[in-house]
Amino acid sequence: MNLLIKNARVVDPASRTDVRLDVLVKDGKIAEMGPGIPEFKARGGAPGSGSADPGHPREEVIDAAGKVLVPGLIDMHCHLREPGFEYKETIESGSRAGAAGGYTSLACMANTLPVNDNRAVAEYILRQAREKALTNIHPIGAVTKELKGEALAEIGELKDAGVVALSDDGNPVMNAGLFRRALEYARGFGLTIISHCEDLNLAGQGVMNEGFTSTTLGLRGIPNAAEEVMVLRDITLAELTGASLHVAHVSTAGSVRAIREAKARGIKVTAETAPHYFTLSDEAVRGFDPNTKMNPPLRTAKDVAAIIAGLKDGALDAIATDHAPQTAVEKDVEFEYAANGIIGLETALPLTLRLVQEGHLTLSQAIEKFTYQPARILGINKGRLQVGADADITLIDLDRERVIDVSQFKSKSRNSPFQGWRLKGFAVLTIVAGRIVYRVPELS
Amino acid sequence: MVDDRGRAAGWQLSDKPAARLAGKDILGIQEMSVSEIGLILDTAESFKEISTREIKKVPTLRGKTVINLFFEASTRTRTSFEIAAKRLSADTINISTSSSSVVKGETLIDTAKNLEAMNPDCIIIRHSASGAPHLLARLMHVPVINAGDGAHEHPTQALLDLFTVREKKGRLAGLKVAIVGDILHSRVARSNIYGFTKMGAEVLLAGPQTMRPAEVERMGVRWHTRLSEVIPQADVIMMLRIQLERQGGGFFPTLREYSRFFGLNLEVLKTAQPEVLIMHPGPINRGVEISPEVADGPFSVILDQVTNGVAVRMALLYLLVGGEREADRSSL
Repeated sequence: MNLLIKNARVVDPASRTDVRLDVLVKDGKIAEMGPGIPEFKARGGAPGSGSADPGHPREEVIDAAGKVLVPGLIDMHCHLREPGFEYKETIESGSRAGAAGGYTSLACMANTLPVNDNRAVAEYILRQAREKALTNIHPIGAVTKELKGEALAEIGELKDAGVVALSDDGNPVMNAGLFRRALEYARGFGLTIISHCEDLNLAGQGVMNEGFTSTTLGLRGIPNAAEEVMVLRDITLAELTGASLHVAHVSTAGSVRAIREAKARGIKVTAETAPHYFTLSDEAVRGFDPNTKMNPPLRTAKDVAAIIAGLKDGALDAIATDHAPQTAVEKDVEFEYAANGIIGLETALPLTLRLVQEGHLTLSQAIEKFTYQPARILGINKGRLQVGADADITLIDLDRERVIDVSQFKSKSRNSPFQGWRLKGFAVLTIVAGRIVYRVPELS
Repeated sequence: MVDDRGRAAGWQLSDKPAARLAGKDILGIQEMSVSEIGLILDTAESFKEISTREIKKVPTLRGKTVINLFFEASTRTRTSFEIAAKRLSADTINISTSSSSVVKGETLIDTAKNLEAMNPDCIIIRHSASGAPHLLARLMHVPVINAGDGAHEHPTQALLDLFTVREKKGRLAGLKVAIVGDILHSRVARSNIYGFTKMGAEVLLAGPQTMRPAEVERMGVRWHTRLSEVIPQADVIMMLRIQLERQGGGFFPTLREYSRFFGLNLEVLKTAQPEVLIMHPGPINRGVEISPEVADGPFSVILDQVTNGVAVRMALLYLLVGGEREADRSSL
């Protein structure tokens, strides 16, 4: 099907574009971008030639006046739970949630069951993706076998099978010697390692941020240092090996500072944060709601300010969701027994647009962290709007307001701390390779 | 109205409380107002006398059912609640399990729903997980009393400690209360910090630096690392139980060293105020945080605390459960 999207405000951070344009999509690719593309072009013929079958129109014209058209969003860090935990999420349901949140590409972490530490699992994920997913799916392979931090996974085979990066996310590789070898070996295959920075001994049995709130709640704390000593270790090892390091889910001011300094020294380090780390502080844990429990934990207001500053000055390159579906089985229990994680695919964009509304980021800066930057870090040919590129496109209505209702989520899970929040700025149309995978009813 | 001793004025014991506690649950001292604390302490004074009678029983809660739901070992607190309920003529049920609900296979939410279905009038819960009573309270319509949750709060312990100090000293405002030991893991310390500071006392903490909760000063207390800094100025010294398993957790090298630097013995006691009160929430490790001579000595009010615990818990049950529920009245 051909699509002509008219009168959109086209924001493409990679090309520093921010103008009113029409975009023509043909055969899954962006065929033309420019002002005033005539409608007949969508029909692929000369003026006056109609569709062969009126019941199945071969073209559609969408008036996107007042809306923002951006490259399809990319989540470089989510958990789709398949194989192994299909009751929480599947590649299909996760991709549906992603499409509803404006995402066209999802990079899914390796902590499935079995772990994505070998070719067979990577190929299984990609096959499920081909058959059932609404979005592009990019598997991330494990660094070590079974995420145990003891022996390297078959990284070369994983690369062959199609993984876009490596990560033991959920676990750190505590053995610094092994992590050094992993960085070196992955570098040889052109893969970036995404590091879950957490010193397990410092984190101990902690279940929330260590600070005044944990003191008053009587919950065991995880100090900022548990993250920061590992960020500093990994930066040191990235410098030693010359490998590309990406720091996952940055939550503390000290991590932001360390990453900023490392970049200034020319070390190949990039980093992401997630919307909850710039939206909520550990004060949200008061009331013991397990949907405020994740790893790393929500930090203090000071850390929130530092995360926002890091997004602003580029110390933090990308915004990822760390979408971690959990069901009532894992969450409707005592806080300290509850599993970590919250879902984020259907709230990440509006939560980030709050930073734009509050003047912390420009719209282009915000969109870059969902598009061009994650594509660059993962080395995938996505995240920009240009003629000939895959037509992965998201249309955003910056003024659309909605109260978050988890019961309406496309995700199989409901574990969001943002239930009941009134947010502004949502995806209204999501296109993957020229196919509409999500649209709000008003755009029909 | 609360007078200068923190007493609610004009309150009389009757079958139906003239004043009820606002809100249905007792989850922590943090959420309590000064006048609520005053009301409970004053009510407890009236109830203390009942336990000295030949027939230690009043019909106040006849026909009411109180469930003790204990997910963590407890002798003192569970027995105290049970005796308190029985002296008010309530029917009491004890459910004790050393394992957590997770281990047991039924979730706390399911347990709560099942108990609620049997129409109790009050649930008393002790749980090793901070916030477990809050989870229960969100689900249940009947009053929930926190009998200790993790390292969070132990409100009835703080109330009985406040009662004991007020009884012995005649006041709470202006006193200096030293709490010594493992503050980090202590729910008793947290509840007492809230309780004593709310009632106008000053709280001093002392213990190994490894057991100082992060930013604890923001609770309105002062932190000291030496026993010698707090003992001479304290009107009340509250020693906390040191959990023996902390020795392996890297919090201090040995019990021997802990005892030497943070234990209360006769030598240290010599430097204390002449009228000092020595308290301990129990169970005590004799010879570790407190020497037997001090625990059993003339300044110790440790057993008074236990006696007063019954009166305070009777008062709480009376204020929460006493009188008719609206539904009961309309059915008559």
